[in-house]
Amino acid sequence: MGRLLLMAVLALGALPAAAATPKLEAPYYRFDRATIRRGAELFARRCSVCHSVSRIRYRRLETDLDMPPGTLRDDIMLPSGARIHQGMMSAMRPRDAAKWFGMAPPDLTLEARYRGIDWIYTYLKSFYRDPKRPTGFDNRIFKNVAMPDVLEPLQGIRAEDGSVIQKGSVSPEQFDRDVAVITAWLQYTSDPSKLTREALGPWVIGFLVLFTLLAYALKRIVWRRVH
Amino acid sequence: MSRVLAWVDRRFPLSRLLRESVTEYYAPKNFNFWYFFGSLALLVFAIQVITGIFLLAHYQPSAGKAFDSIQTIMFDVKWGWLIRYIHTTGASFFFIVIYLHMLRGYLYGSYRKPRELLWIVGFVIYVCMMAEAYFGYVLPYGNMSYWGGEVITSIVGAIPYAGPWLASLVRGGFGIGTATLNRFMAFHAVLVPALLGLLVLMHLLALHETGSNNPDGIEIREHLGADGKPLDGIPFHPYYTVKDIFGVGVFLIVFSLVVFYAPTLHGLFIETYNYIPANPLQTPPDVTPAWYLAPYYAMLRAIPNKQLGILVLVLAIVAPFFLPWLDRNPKAKSVRYRPVYLAMVLVLVACLLVLGWIGMQPASPTLLPPARLCLGLYFLFFVSLPFVSRFEPTQAVPERLRM
Repeated sequence: MGRLLLMAVLALGALPAAAATPKLEAPYYRFDRATIRRGAELFARRCSVCHSVSRIRYRRLETDLDMPPGTLRDDIMLPSGARIHQGMMSAMRPRDAAKWFGMAPPDLTLEARYRGIDWIYTYLKSFYRDPKRPTGFDNRIFKNVAMPDVLEPLQGIRAEDGSVIQKGSVSPEQFDRDVAVITAWLQYTSDPSKLTREALGPWVIGFLVLFTLLAYALKRIVWRRVH
Repeated sequence: MSRVLAWVDRRFPLSRLLRESVTEYYAPKNFNFWYFFGSLALLVFAIQVITGIFLLAHYQPSAGKAFDSIQTIMFDVKWGWLIRYIHTTGASFFFIVIYLHMLRGYLYGSYRKPRELLWIVGFVIYVCMMAEAYFGYVLPYGNMSYWGGEVITSIVGAIPYAGPWLASLVRGGFGIGTATLNRFMAFHAVLVPALLGLLVLMHLLALHETGSNNPDGIEIREHLGADGKPLDGIPFHPYYTVKDIFGVGVFLIVFSLVVFYAPTLHGLFIETYNYIPANPLQTPPDVTPAWYLAPYYAMLRAIPNKQLGILVLVLAIVAPFFLPWLDRNPKAKSVRYRPVYLAMVLVLVACLLVLGWIGMQPASPTLLPPARLCLGLYFLFFVSLPFVSRFEPTQAVPERLRM
């Protein structure tokens, strides 16, 4: 009976949480090389200490995104000894990370695939001050999150209701733009083929349209004998 | 050249085959939109086989490596992403094309005498395709693959008495793992494609024996000219080869739009949840099948009892096999002359669409009544057809084809 009651209470507790999922915000950015490059730089500075994007080799930033070799070497390839052909691994050993944060920070290569772009953008903007949490922060769309608010120096500190406790180093508009380019970067890592695909698409489809028009003309000529 | 051909013809019926099945295969001259999908199905089958061979060259069928090997194809193999996107898009388009091809059969009564075996072989092809798609769905070993694999093999486990033994035979153990991936790869890449190839050949042989049906549902071979050729027939080549090439062009445009601009089609062609590796400890929020199997899943969920649900599922798949004998209209085959039958087919299609939508939603009690209604109407189509088709109002069928 006690267990049943407990389950009922838990179920009731879960209901409003499920109902009150905050709406996700869509980021605004142009998905082009310049945007992704800026995202990569911000990611390297703010995120890649903990998070790997193991599927993206450093070389790709040069070949796909036209990043100058100097920037790549000095700003992106942070872990000492990182090689150009290797994947972008975080500097932290997973075992240490698990000890420090409770769980190892996830590899973010495919994050945008299954979380979605809007989720990542909203998540990064949704940290608020919560003194009860070990890091001092919680997240509106990811309750009891283990990740600290690493963008706090930029965004400043917010209370749960969104009011400003302490101003950040950049304006709210600039902060939105920064988070958007990080999101663009993670969209790129989740499917780098997008750049190639969309550049190739018009040529392939243009060719097929031409082919189809010719095929139609041929059909008309051949079928004249039937009609 | 002609001497080489003569040499071959004495040893292999090359010219005769070409003559009988292409250049002098007489097809009705009034084929419309619905008649593109047979040749398109053949095209998609070829696309799947060719891209599949390339994927097989990089895929690793083991629980530890399968997911990673797919990512290697997507990230590191040159043009690997293109090959894989063509294969995943091809899987969905195979079903789109086949569903339209089957609907054509329903509409124009293409299953009626003398095409019963043609229809049955076609339906066996469809069942094989479902198996093929399912095995292929498990191979990437994302979390949806894993749980999809778990759910479907548990259907085998629900068979009375032999179930648990059969389930562990299919899985190669007590759960989904390396052994499962190995045997599923053997089925997906060897057994089922070989069966499909053979069945497609039988389907074509049966078609060329009976001749094609047409939108009027009348036999062109009943009106032969002085030369012994059907008056309303035209040789497949060049007329339908050029027409089908045009169809292929239109199809490839649509196909490429998906491959190049929306390869996952918002989670419809490649599920979002399959981008995390298989995890036996983490059930996805809703295990839903790919869109092309969703109607059957909705049927399964509409029945509260598991064994009974599986029985209904099997009946739903088997029912269309009997269509040639359920439809007993003595005068007409095609919906052109059967308004009541047309309405019934439209209701059937609507029910399957609704069931498909329900099958992709999270399980919910509010969706049970509509699911059961559609399930009931689905079976009502087959149960009522013998009576309706006998007494339905039928318009006069013309002697010769209308263009």
